This record gives sequence, structure tokens and C-alpha cells, in this order.
Amino acid sequence: MPNALSLNQLSISELTGRLARREISAREITQACLDQIARVDGTVHAFISHNPADALAQADAADRELAAGVTIAQKPLLGIPIAIKDVLAVKDHPLNCGSKILGKFVSPYDATVIEKMRAAGAVIFGRLNMDEFAMGSSTETSAFGITRNPWDPARIPGGSSGGSAAAVAADEAIATLGTDTGGSIRQPAALCGCVGLKPTYGRVSRYGLTAFASSLDQIGPFTKNIEDSARVLGVISGLDPKDSTSVDVPVPDYVAALDGNIRGLKLGVPKEYLIGGLDPEVKASVDAAIQQYLALGAEIVDISLPHTDYAVATYYIVATAEASANLARFDGIRYGQRVDGADPLELYTRTRGAGFGAEVKRRIILGTYVLSSGYYDAYYLRAQKVRTLIRNDFLAAFKQVDAIITPTTPTAAFKIGEKSGDPLQMYLSDIFTISCNLAGISGISLPCGFTTNPKLPIGLQLLGQPFGEATLLKLAHAYEQSTPWHREKPGTLA
Amino acid sequence: MAATDIDVKYVAHLARIGLTPDEEATMSARLAGILGYIEKLKELDVTGVEPTAHAVPMVNVLRPDVVCPSLPHEAALANAPAQANGLFLVPKIVE
Repeated sequence: MPNALSLNQLSISELTGRLARREISAREITQACLDQIARVDGTVHAFISHNPADALAQADAADRELAAGVTIAQKPLLGIPIAIKDVLAVKDHPLNCGSKILGKFVSPYDATVIEKMRAAGAVIFGRLNMDEFAMGSSTETSAFGITRNPWDPARIPGGSSGGSAAAVAADEAIATLGTDTGGSIRQPAALCGCVGLKPTYGRVSRYGLTAFASSLDQIGPFTKNIEDSARVLGVISGLDPKDSTSVDVPVPDYVAALDGNIRGLKLGVPKEYLIGGLDPEVKASVDAAIQQYLALGAEIVDISLPHTDYAVATYYIVATAEASANLARFDGIRYGQRVDGADPLELYTRTRGAGFGAEVKRRIILGTYVLSSGYYDAYYLRAQKVRTLIRNDFLAAFKQVDAIITPTTPTAAFKIGEKSGDPLQMYLSDIFTISCNLAGISGISLPCGFTTNPKLPIGLQLLGQPFGEATLLKLAHAYEQSTPWHREKPGTLA
Repeated sequence: MAATDIDVKYVAHLARIGLTPDEEATMSARLAGILGYIEKLKELDVTGVEPTAHAVPMVNVLRPDVVCPSLPHEAALANAPAQANGLFLVPKIVE
């Protein structure tokens, strides 16, 4: 068969089917991913590190389970290689958060999402590159070098989960996990042309996720299609006694929700998202997607989210304030690099001065400032109140519509170095994704077209009600199955 | 209060981050731009609006008061930059 896809290019659904029929082995799948990493990761650099022997040993264990009669129904990710953003704890694997400050840190335990994926049979491998402590939109702030966009190596993959998106787009892993604090799953998914899901705050346990902004962070999957996203979400969701902010809402069968029937569902188009900086090709693709939804039987409703323009400012107060508190733990005492000093204060100051990169320092200092005596009311408390207004905008909108449809990003992937010298411009690239985290709702990005010259992916964002992931996935799946975009592969690496 | 009044040296001290003079200068300029942008929140009237600290507010989340396994001592110390006698070593605090 000419142009047959190799195993690393297939989806979870296709691979688990072939594994169940014993046509292929889990070892072959993992080996195909490792071979692809050897072939392309010198260019892409999605991975900070990976351990082939450990991954193959897990694959062999999956093969033994398959031989012993364990079914995919029992273990829905059995034998599927899934790579992990360098901010999630995997027992006995390094964890650096894209930073120098953690030194030779090795995780003493598994994050809850990792425990759940192991229980589902996944092959957990690799440390995926990211902006340092997830602070960035381009993966250029990593202390381990930049990651390149598989569609154009001169461009950024997005961030902060740039490695997670690039690895899926370049078929180096079947799926990956990332985290999203202000768009860090959806934005890189859009720019790399894959599916990225940010679950509702509280849907997925954050235990074992190195906290950036605790009231905004969520873990979610990057996948090659919507069905795979539903599969991984079903595995990682649920209440966790180790995370008191995880919510006790039943986990539905997300795959069963993908029935293609979206007739009568209402999609809201917020007028505030037609901003000046919106690229005409992005706008045209999203407009075409809206037309496609009409053709599929959905209703389109004009809505307003009046406080949209205040979301970026609100985010950069709330997120930096929380980060300044969370990152206080990196003090050179219990783990990570230490630069000695005559007293503890000098040790802290030297360790943190040497260990953190410029963007992380900037955000910790901004966060410390907005929380400091005399400024708290003017900045932090005011931002929390505006956050209420932003959340209320969404809750009001969801009384009228089932989901909201927007571009994921104002433009396709920008060039390496284009915005790294101007933090504010970098922050504004997250304008469409940030509100979702402030409101605590769910969101997904999926491919909806390409720019023409150069050919770069364009992402469509759907925002859903709190714990409305099943509807969100159903809507995304209906669109995906009626369009060709998710089948396109980057050509530059082949 | 103009946004540019941020005293980076002082705030960096509060945050326990050592900055070189060059870093201080760059930080001041960059933060002034960001704080200038953030000023736009002052356009909004937030009188009577309750602050949101968490999108899904839950208070007093408790679990049954039973002993659960915790990280073994050696595992907790394994990443320490300096340790002795099962303890983290720090510089002298009291004379």
C-alpha cells in the first residue's frame, strides 16, 4: 500500500483496534515513536529528554498483558505511548519545569494523572519542552533551548506546552499531556495543528503538577483527533482526595457522546472577538467553520462577552500573584540547585537570582508587587473583582448557547524571536484563550484550516460550560469528521 | 500612583530574587510597560462586585481523618542539595 501511515502516525483509536486484533505489538508502536524522535527531534526539539529503554520495557509489559487477555475495554490506553510535559511528576523521571533551578531533580512520586494513565495501560515516556514554569506563549523561555514548529522550523510551536503540541504534530508520540493556565494547551495545539483540550477547572486532579497559578492551572491532552481527546480525558478525569480543588462530578463516557448529532445545538459568536489584530486568513477560516456548523444543523447566535478587553490585564495580575506565592518554594533548601550564602536570606536570593530565567523573574516580581502592602487593593483585589465580571459574562452567555466559537489565536505561528523582546505583545497573543481560565470553564482547540503562504495551521476554539466537555467534544467531533484538516501532516520533516 | 514608580530593587528583595544592575534596569522598563497596560482595569466600576478567588468555590473540603501512606523519609530527602542525619542542611541562622 503506497503512502501507508506508519504506526507513530496513527490515532489511539486505530492503534488500540489493531492491538486488540493482535496485528501489531505495543513494542512496535513505541519503537516507531522512538524512531521518529531519532529522525526529527534534532530539528523539532520537542523533548528535553527521553529514556528509550524505560519506554520499551513498559511497552513489553503491555504486550504481556495483551497476551494474558487484558482488553482495551479494561485498559483503554494499553500500549499507547504518551509523552509528558516537563511540569508533571513521573516517578523516577527527571522534572525540571523547563528551568535550571530544579537541577537534577527526580520525581519521588507519580502525579495523579500519571497514576491514572498507568492504570489504563499507557506507556509513559519523555520530558516535553515548555516555557520555564509554563510562563510563556512560544516555548522560547525554556532553559533547555527552543522547540520548533513542525510546519515551519523557523517558527515557534506556541507555548507554554510547545513540546507537547510539536511532539503530536510531528508524530513523535501518539498523544501527550500538557497544562493550560491561560491558553498553554489550546494555543500551541492551534499553532501546531493538533487537538488540545483544557478541561473545566476541577475536572482533572492537579496533584503532581508543579503549580504556576493554582486557581487557573488545568492538565489536558494533546491528540491527533477528537476521539482520542475524549479517550484520554475519560482516563484522567475525576475526583482526587489528593487535590481538594478537584470536583466530585461524575465522569461521563466522552467517546459515547461523539454521536455526530449536533442538530439544534446553539453556538455563540462573541462580537468582542473581532479585534483589529485578527489575521484575515484566520478570520476567513473561522467564518467558514461557522458556516460548516450551520450546514451540520447547529444554530449560530450572536452573543456579547463585554469584559473581554480586560481579560489579559486581569490574568497578568491574578496569575503572577499566584505564581509569586507558588514559586517561593524554589529556595535551594529542599531540592534543586543551591547557590550558597552566608545566611539563609543570601542563599535564597542568590539561588533564585541564578536559577530563574528573565520571564519567571519578571512575573514573580510583578506578582509580588501587586500583592504588596499599599497596592493589593488597587491591583489584586480589583483584578479578582473584574474576574467575577468576566466569569459572569460567560455564565450569562451559557444561558443562551451550548458553546462559544472563536479563533484560538489571532494569527498563525509567529517567527522565532519575533515577540520574545516584547513581553506585552507576547501576552496579547493569548487574548482569545485567557478568559476561559479566569472563568474556569472548558475549552478545546482543533484544526480548522491553513494559511496559504507559508502553509501554517489555524485553530478553532470552542468554549463550553463548566463540566460541559461531552457537548464540547461532540461539537468538535462533528466538525472534524466533516472537514479534512485533521488528516493533514506537516511536510517539512518527512 | 504612576505605574512607573515600581521600585524593582525593593520588590526583588521582597521576592528574594537577586538581580544584577543590568537586570534591574531592563526589569524596570519592561514592568513599566506591563503595569501601564494593567492600568486599564481602573476604567471599570467594580463597586459592589464580589471578588473571585476560585472559579469553582469550595470551602472546607475534608477527607476522613485516617492515616494515609506518605513519602518515605529517604525519598523526601533524595533531592536535597545538602543533608545530614536525615535532615536538610541550611546555613547557620542563630549565632
